[in-house]
Amino acid sequence: MQTAVIVFPGSNCDRDLAVAFEQATGKKPHMVWHQETSLPAGVDIIGVPGGFSYGDYLRSGAMAAQSPVMRAVSDAAAQGRYVFGVCNGFQVLTETGLLPGALMRNAGISFVCRDVRLKVANTQSAFTSLYDANEEILIPVAHHDGNYFADAETLDRLEGEGRVAFRYAEAVNGSARDIAGVLNEAGNVLGMMPHPERRSEAAHGGLDGKKLFDALASTAR
Amino acid sequence: MKARVTITLKNGVLDPQGKAIHHALEGLGFSGVNDVRAGKMIELDLADGTSDAEIEDMCRKLLANTVIENFRIERA
Repeated sequence: MQTAVIVFPGSNCDRDLAVAFEQATGKKPHMVWHQETSLPAGVDIIGVPGGFSYGDYLRSGAMAAQSPVMRAVSDAAAQGRYVFGVCNGFQVLTETGLLPGALMRNAGISFVCRDVRLKVANTQSAFTSLYDANEEILIPVAHHDGNYFADAETLDRLEGEGRVAFRYAEAVNGSARDIAGVLNEAGNVLGMMPHPERRSEAAHGGLDGKKLFDALASTAR
Repeated sequence: MKARVTITLKNGVLDPQGKAIHHALEGLGFSGVNDVRAGKMIELDLADGTSDAEIEDMCRKLLANTVIENFRIERA
C-alpha cells in the first residue's frame, strides 16, 4: 500500500503526517509538491497536511484549493481513494468542494493551541473503525480558523447520514453542533481540525490519534 | 478598466472580527454603534471587454466562498 502527502508552500505538518503514515503502513509516503499535475501511480491514501498554505491569503485554504495537484486529488477521491485532511488540510478540502461547509475564524478570535477532548461520533468509517462508539479521546488542536459552519439543512444532512466523524467534547472554537471532523458522502474523504498525527507515539504523551492511521491502513490494504 | 469586488459575510454568519471591532469602538467611547460587520474589498484591473459574467465567475470560483460570503461587483 502506498501513501502520499501533499506539500504546499507554507505547509508545516507535512513531515508529522508522513511519519504517522509510515508508522501505520511501514512504507515512506510520496511527498507530492503542489505544482504536480498527477499523483504517483498506485497511491491509496492521500494526506493533506496542516500549516498555513500560501500564508492563508484570501481565506485559509483558498489558494491551495486552486493548485494543480488538488485537481489530481479530487480525481483520486472520485475514484474512491482515501483522502485525509488535517487542520489546514481540512480547510483546503472544504475550499476544493470535496467536503461541505467552511472553516471560519474561531468564535473567540484567539488562536487555540492545546489538547482538546473529542468524542468519536462515527465508528463505521474507514478512518474511525478502531475507536469504540462514543469513545472520548484527547487530540491537540492548533488553529485560528476552525469554527465549522454550514447551513442548517447541510448540518441536518451530515448528522442524518452519520457523516460527523468527531465532535468537540468541550468548547473550542464555536463550531456548529461541535463538529470537529466530517466525512464526504462516500465516506472516503475525512477532514478534521484536530491533529491526530501529533498524538500517535508514546513520546507524544498518548496514542489516541494512532488508531485513525492504523484503521485507515488496514482498510486500504 | 477597473472593477471593485466587495465581499461580506452572509447574514446570520457569526463575524467575530466585526464583534471585536465593535467592542473596541465602544471602548473608545463611541456609543452609537449598533453593529459592525467586517468584509474585504478586492480591486481588479481588467482587460477592456471583460464581461460581467466573467467577473462573477472569478468571484464564485475564488474571490468569495459562497458558503459563507456574498459578493458585490462595481465597475469603476
